[in-house]
Amino acid sequence: MSGLTTPSAAIPFPRLRLWLPAVPVLLLVAYLVLMDNGAVSQTGAFLHELMHDGRHLLGVPCH
Amino acid sequence: MVRTLLVRGLWAGLLAGLIAGGFAFAFGEPHVDSAIALEEAAAPPAHEPAGSSAHGSDEPAAQASGEAAPHDHGHDHGEEAVVSRPVQKAGLFLATGLYGLAVGGVFALVFAGLRGRVGPRSDGRLALATAGAAFTAVVLVPFVKYPANPPAVGDPATINDRTLLYVVIVLVGLAATAIAVATARRASSADPWVRWVAAAGGFLVPVIAAWMLLPGVDEVPGGFPATLLWEFRIASLGTQVVFWAAFGVLFGWASDRVSARHAATTRPATAPPTSPTTSSTPPSPASSS
Repeated sequence: MSGLTTPSAAIPFPRLRLWLPAVPVLLLVAYLVLMDNGAVSQTGAFLHELMHDGRHLLGVPCH
Repeated sequence: MVRTLLVRGLWAGLLAGLIAGGFAFAFGEPHVDSAIALEEAAAPPAHEPAGSSAHGSDEPAAQASGEAAPHDHGHDHGEEAVVSRPVQKAGLFLATGLYGLAVGGVFALVFAGLRGRVGPRSDGRLALATAGAAFTAVVLVPFVKYPANPPAVGDPATINDRTLLYVVIVLVGLAATAIAVATARRASSADPWVRWVAAAGGFLVPVIAAWMLLPGVDEVPGGFPATLLWEFRIASLGTQVVFWAAFGVLFGWASDRVSARHAATTRPATAPPTSPTTSSTPPSPASSS
């Protein structure tokens, strides 16, 4: 529980900037799971169908 | 420090995604099955001529899928489907797990940026507050305008439009949250009530404007059972609630431990508490109460 009361210091922006390239990679994963219909993944309907129930239940538009 | 937070975020996201997948499997899948059963009962199999169905064309569901039949081959749920139903149910866990991984990673990097600059001063509280804000922005705001739909609801021909509108409302939710935080910081010298009202206004004005201005989507077939639609939507919202609650707690706990360890090793070197980046924020007693 120590962290609930311990103040934390800001991480300098130059150190954060080093990790920015991870963001597009992570967003690509989210896109492939939630929205791709074959245009990027090149698997046709396969990826869409494999993620089908997850898409519906995570609340993303699906077919 | 950032790397540690990112790794913890990925793990917490993956775990929370699997937990949410378990919830969705138990409480959502029965409704998905029911909806697919309705979809198959309403739509004739693709290799039969449309209109030979015994259900007749007075059923709007049959009409809708009959119109879409020529370009609907990629989405059969029957035996000829690309992915069988049991594999789709396993794919549910893959989908929620990967969703959690991606969301957890992005969240951890945003968290690393907010830490010590915006919001509660301690990691556990900041993680919970940020998870709550993210849930509101990414799930609640879109859900009110474009609620989740089970299979058999939604015209396949409009999927690209609906996906675009969904992305727009998610971005509106995120932007409105950022505006609310910025507004609250701008009003930091005011008393807490003024700050809360300013933050609520900064959030609600763009969100309500988007709800009113963006086009609605009304594609529920006439014969679709209202109870099934309601129960599916509650199960879908519940899946996201479980995900964000689990993620907030897991990441809050993990980031707490990271900062405790970090503090134990570097506290003597970074003793001065007043750095330039924190000088514009309100004094900590107000934010930690």
